[in-house]
Amino acid sequence: MRRRVAVLAAVLMAACSKPAPTPNDEVILADRPAAQLSDYGLFADARGRVAADGVVKYDLVNPLFSDHTDKHRFVYVPTGESAAYRDKDVFAFPVGSVLVKTFAYGERYLETRLLIHKTDGWEAIPYVWNDDGTEATYSPIGKRIGIKAEEAGEGIEAFTYAVPNKNQCKTCHQSGDALTPIGPRARNLNHVGPHGVNQITDWSDRDLLIGAAETPPSVPFAGDVTADLNARARAYLDINCAHCHKADGSASNSGLWLDWHEDSAVRLGVGKHPTAAGRGAGEFAYVIEPGAPEDSIMTYRMASGEAGVGMPELGRATIDEEGVDLIRAWIRDLPAERS
Amino acid sequence: MIRSLAVCVCAVAVLTGCGDETSTPADSVEAGPVDQADGALAPGEGFADRLQMALIEAEPGATITLPDGTFELVDGLSLDVAGVTLTGAGQGKTILDFAGQTGAGEGLLVTSDDVTLSGFTMRDTKGDGIKSKGADRIVYRDLTVEWSGEPDESNGAYGVYPVESSDVLVERVTVRGASDAGIYVGQSDNIIVRDSLAEYNVAGIEIENSTRADVYGNTVTKNAGGLLVFDLPDLPKVGGHSTRLFNNQIFDNNTRNFAPPGNIVASVPSGTGIIIQANEKVEVFDNTLDQNRTAHVLVVAYSPEFEDERFNPLPRNVLITGNTYGEGGYEPQGDLAMLAPLVGGELPDIVSDGVNRWQGGDPADLNLIIDEPEDIGYLSLGLGEYPLNPLNLSPSRDRPTGGEMERLPSVDLTKAE
Repeated sequence: MRRRVAVLAAVLMAACSKPAPTPNDEVILADRPAAQLSDYGLFADARGRVAADGVVKYDLVNPLFSDHTDKHRFVYVPTGESAAYRDKDVFAFPVGSVLVKTFAYGERYLETRLLIHKTDGWEAIPYVWNDDGTEATYSPIGKRIGIKAEEAGEGIEAFTYAVPNKNQCKTCHQSGDALTPIGPRARNLNHVGPHGVNQITDWSDRDLLIGAAETPPSVPFAGDVTADLNARARAYLDINCAHCHKADGSASNSGLWLDWHEDSAVRLGVGKHPTAAGRGAGEFAYVIEPGAPEDSIMTYRMASGEAGVGMPELGRATIDEEGVDLIRAWIRDLPAERS
Repeated sequence: MIRSLAVCVCAVAVLTGCGDETSTPADSVEAGPVDQADGALAPGEGFADRLQMALIEAEPGATITLPDGTFELVDGLSLDVAGVTLTGAGQGKTILDFAGQTGAGEGLLVTSDDVTLSGFTMRDTKGDGIKSKGADRIVYRDLTVEWSGEPDESNGAYGVYPVESSDVLVERVTVRGASDAGIYVGQSDNIIVRDSLAEYNVAGIEIENSTRADVYGNTVTKNAGGLLVFDLPDLPKVGGHSTRLFNNQIFDNNTRNFAPPGNIVASVPSGTGIIIQANEKVEVFDNTLDQNRTAHVLVVAYSPEFEDERFNPLPRNVLITGNTYGEGGYEPQGDLAMLAPLVGGELPDIVSDGVNRWQGGDPADLNLIIDEPEDIGYLSLGLGEYPLNPLNLSPSRDRPTGGEMERLPSVDLTKAE
């Protein structure tokens, strides 16, 4: 008798140990966002630390600055399918793909954003972690989270971290009428990633990616002081600014376009008057005054944390001092004589 | 046996834990006052979150109604659903107060088509008041956008700010205190701005890099400059043309220019009624201009250096006719304060910089037509070319002659009854 009960329990336990969750394509492609992040089966654990089978951790050469948060990125492509390689643009991910990004300070998880490629295009879906870090809940209106002094890093004062709302997600991810991912493009993935091998090779080996070029384009890490200053600065602007400041982005009307491939000095801001900056222009006449970062609107706005002045407008309450220093150094180095 | 039972209970618990935990989709913000199913928002706790939620979750074509009262918001609002009407209890009755705003570049951002905004006040936004980008057929109606207190450099740039849009209607709107333009329409096509009040802004109403605009029936007063029609280089859309300014009351635009210095409007001399800068095909008729201390009408070229090959910095095909001019030009400000002593200290009703070429090119025929009674004063500074060289100053009070221009058709918007 005792033995039979024990066997029954063992059978039940075994049935239960199945739930190392796996990605649930039905939930991923549902019309409406799931209430909890865990519903998607993207993580093996409730705390969102361990990727489920088929979900691959990755990182970027240069991340967007987001108030000094640590970011944990994962990609999921439906079984049997692959993203198509592109040289300049974001890879063409098949319908059903998910890009996952968690924002954290160490062990304190704040939010996880999903970008899901649904049948009618990409959708951005924000989830906010509870205080215990055991559950992340769909939060379309975003959230404001108090961050204590030093929590975001040494010397960083207390501030309010803003989880963007669903519309704000679109503001940065807009490309014409569509919404697109920003990070996963060849030049920003092309380095040794978290699995210890080159990510583009790795993604190809995993069949996540097909058609990769033999020598994909690359950009330097913006913080690599041994790399070319101009390339570092352009790489920084590319990932931190160009998602809006491009021809079909949210800041298209400014005519200030900061994409890695932009080749017009004026469009990059050199000798360019502000358009609709208002007080965001400070006391300065040009976006970039070559040789004079202290007289350039670009660095003035990057160094401000004030609504209506600070740039980027969204997703940033603190100042990226290293980024500001880099762009200052770059502007200082630009030839003062304009062509 | 007791032990067996314990094992059994445990197993059941494990089994329960195995169940399908997929929860139902979430949609509403919990707690706080209940909002009506017909889109009427209740006042009270969590108003800002409920409003933003309503704007996100709205079905296309829905109406969201704002209650009477003053509501404090700390973040910018945004709307990206087509056909939504956002309407309040009226100007000064529904007040969205952004004095404590800490995020976003404007108070309300609209990025979808066929949106109507009506019947509320936006106050003290940190950046622009209401911006609509790529939002075709938008209607701004019976709105107030204002910055309280004295005109101040730290006020937001634009009050009402449609950009990169077609079929824009702005009517019965009041804008007060913008540190750039109160009503600014940029890089857009097919525009009506009418029956509105713009006061205490740097520029009252500005049409910039836009095509086909009718601006009429507006009261434009106590700005630094009243009505501006500009074209600027280095923007995605250049080549503004076909704007008509008519039946506007443009008076006492003598507020100091409080624009941050880098912006183009910082060059607007306080005391200017109308400025046409660069641009093509502009008609100014049947307006009343009075007590603008620098000049009632300025027609000028774009003066800074530029490289944009698409851009023509000269104003071309400008017709000025049938306007009523009161006292003005008696105390020129800005750059014109320096030049005025050379022409007798005061300026006449209509002033042109006389720039007709750039980068050493041949003089262009600007076709500036002044069809006004003989007693309406005109002055060309005869500058010829920028950058300005005082030695080139060649003032003339002779009106240009012989010009002709085909009159512009009126702007037709289906939503403008």
